[in-house]
Amino acid sequence: MYSILVLVGLSILIFIIARMLPGNPARLALGPFASGEQVEHLSHKMGMDKPLPLQYWTYITGIFHGDFSLSFQTRRNVRLDIAHYLPATLELVIVAILWVLVIGVPLGVLSARYKDSWLDNVMRVIAFIGVAVPPFVVGLIGQFVFSYGLGIFPTTGRLGLLTPKPPSYTGLFLLDSLIAGEFSVFKDALQHIILPSFAVAMTGIGQITRITRGSMIDVLSKDYIEAAEAFGIPNRYTTFKYALKPSFIPPLTILGLTFASQLSNAFLVETVFAWPGMAKYGVRAILRKDFNAVMGVVLIVGLAFVVVNFIVDMLAGYVDPRIRLKEGEG
Amino acid sequence: MEAKQRVLSSVNLELTETWWMAFKDKIGRSWYRFRRNPISLTGASMVLLVILLATLAPYITPYPEAAGGFTDFPNAFQPPGKAHWFGTDAIGRDLFTRVLFGYRISLMLAVVVLSISVPFGVILGLTAGYFGGKIETVIMRITDVFLALPPLVMALAICASFTPTIEVAMLAVASIWWTWHCRLVDSIARSVKTEEFVQASQVIGDNHFRILFKDILPNCASAVIVKITLDAGFVILVGAGLSFLGLGVQPPKPGLGTMISYGSMYLPEKWWMTVFPSFAIFFLILGFNLLGDGLRDMLDVEAGGS
Repeated sequence: MYSILVLVGLSILIFIIARMLPGNPARLALGPFASGEQVEHLSHKMGMDKPLPLQYWTYITGIFHGDFSLSFQTRRNVRLDIAHYLPATLELVIVAILWVLVIGVPLGVLSARYKDSWLDNVMRVIAFIGVAVPPFVVGLIGQFVFSYGLGIFPTTGRLGLLTPKPPSYTGLFLLDSLIAGEFSVFKDALQHIILPSFAVAMTGIGQITRITRGSMIDVLSKDYIEAAEAFGIPNRYTTFKYALKPSFIPPLTILGLTFASQLSNAFLVETVFAWPGMAKYGVRAILRKDFNAVMGVVLIVGLAFVVVNFIVDMLAGYVDPRIRLKEGEG
Repeated sequence: MEAKQRVLSSVNLELTETWWMAFKDKIGRSWYRFRRNPISLTGASMVLLVILLATLAPYITPYPEAAGGFTDFPNAFQPPGKAHWFGTDAIGRDLFTRVLFGYRISLMLAVVVLSISVPFGVILGLTAGYFGGKIETVIMRITDVFLALPPLVMALAICASFTPTIEVAMLAVASIWWTWHCRLVDSIARSVKTEEFVQASQVIGDNHFRILFKDILPNCASAVIVKITLDAGFVILVGAGLSFLGLGVQPPKPGLGTMISYGSMYLPEKWWMTVFPSFAIFFLILGFNLLGDGLRDMLDVEAGGS
């Protein structure tokens, strides 16, 4: 409930900023050759001559009917544009989250288990580097080494030129091609997504590794782990069976933040890889001052953020009964 | 009466002296820890090197004119060599020069953004944490709105309304950055205000202003300092991202992000146009992160990474 209030606040904020713009949006939409009359007509039609609060009210009630207003660059309703571009970004970010979990968590566990060993030090250096390299640079390095150099992965796009799009169930090519049983399409989509998703994931991998390490070290020094070790239970059991679950909670709770940083990374990486996603759409909208599109993108990103945080809270409750109990009591 | 004052002033003197000794002791110990920590030393020297290079840029490079819209077509696309350490770009400008001047812009960005946003955030955070109640609710709800989007996306949305220049980018980033400091200081102030020395100040009738700045603010200082250092790298990263997307530094100004975006069009043949600016920005951000990490160990605070 509270997060909905935050979204409303966000929409007001962006609306005010967008309307502070010097220049008439109708003029921008029609281009430099339109007559003054045409501009006036359109701005009347768009309701630009009404007071600001009323304009906001019209806009926001429209959204509840699925009307995000027209995009000036595509001349379509922004809702259609977003429906078209969002799945590509979602796919990118989901695969990036998988990278983070599959690489970051085990590395963190190993660093904790072999604390202060050479492995731990190497991990520390990698984590520092991961946070300090801009994601677009990771993408460019990936392109340079794996596409131009080794020729393993394609440089741009979601699919090869000759690959047909899989039938659209979810809009996520990886999932759609699997559902349709088109494995060659799946392979092509996979090859296309590896580099950009890794570039998106890099910062998150560093963060999650560090946090998993920290919480794992805490847990490994607990009495019950020591007791298990005293019973002669092998290390791999104490680490992965007894210690992993409780030490997974801190990284899980910051996964919401990681998601946010990955979304902003996507804004940069999609440009590098010509990934036809929402971030690329949003950046183009910003450069061309297409405000309805900017508003739409901002609101969707905000909504995604809220939804992900909600899911993360649920998962944390699932993994850690203590959190569930606390909320039940409160 | 006079005797009482004498006693009081001697007590005061004693207090000042012990305070001063404790302070010296703390600084001495911190400095010792700082010196012993190779990570923070490395970070500090990297940042210092960059600051030095950026300040002395026009005196170091033999081609100071390359920082602007200068052209020298016969020398275009020179690979790195003796004359041009980092090579030259499509219109023959020396890339080493442009990187040095790019550092100037990046550092300026960090300084401007943080010197606007940190005081603002700290004051709001102090107010929120100390007074609590409705004031805190209002301030923290506003910060929540600003934090509902990733910083880069928020900065993009703000930039959208204006002509893209580096000044607009600075203001856009500054207008969101205060929220982090506001949150940090709010949480510290909330816990410090229940401490006995604050209550003592309240009892002897100090006004709120004095309590805020003499009792609570010093307790936030080390956390804020660590956060500023870590932030500097992050702000530069966001700025480079904005420039990379074409919303920050505009050509012919030598922004590092702008140079990378421009150079990437000539990959893979003219690799030096991308590689050197990329490495330059990585070097600076890494320096700030290492320094911040070292400071965090040294001052022993949890300032929440960025």
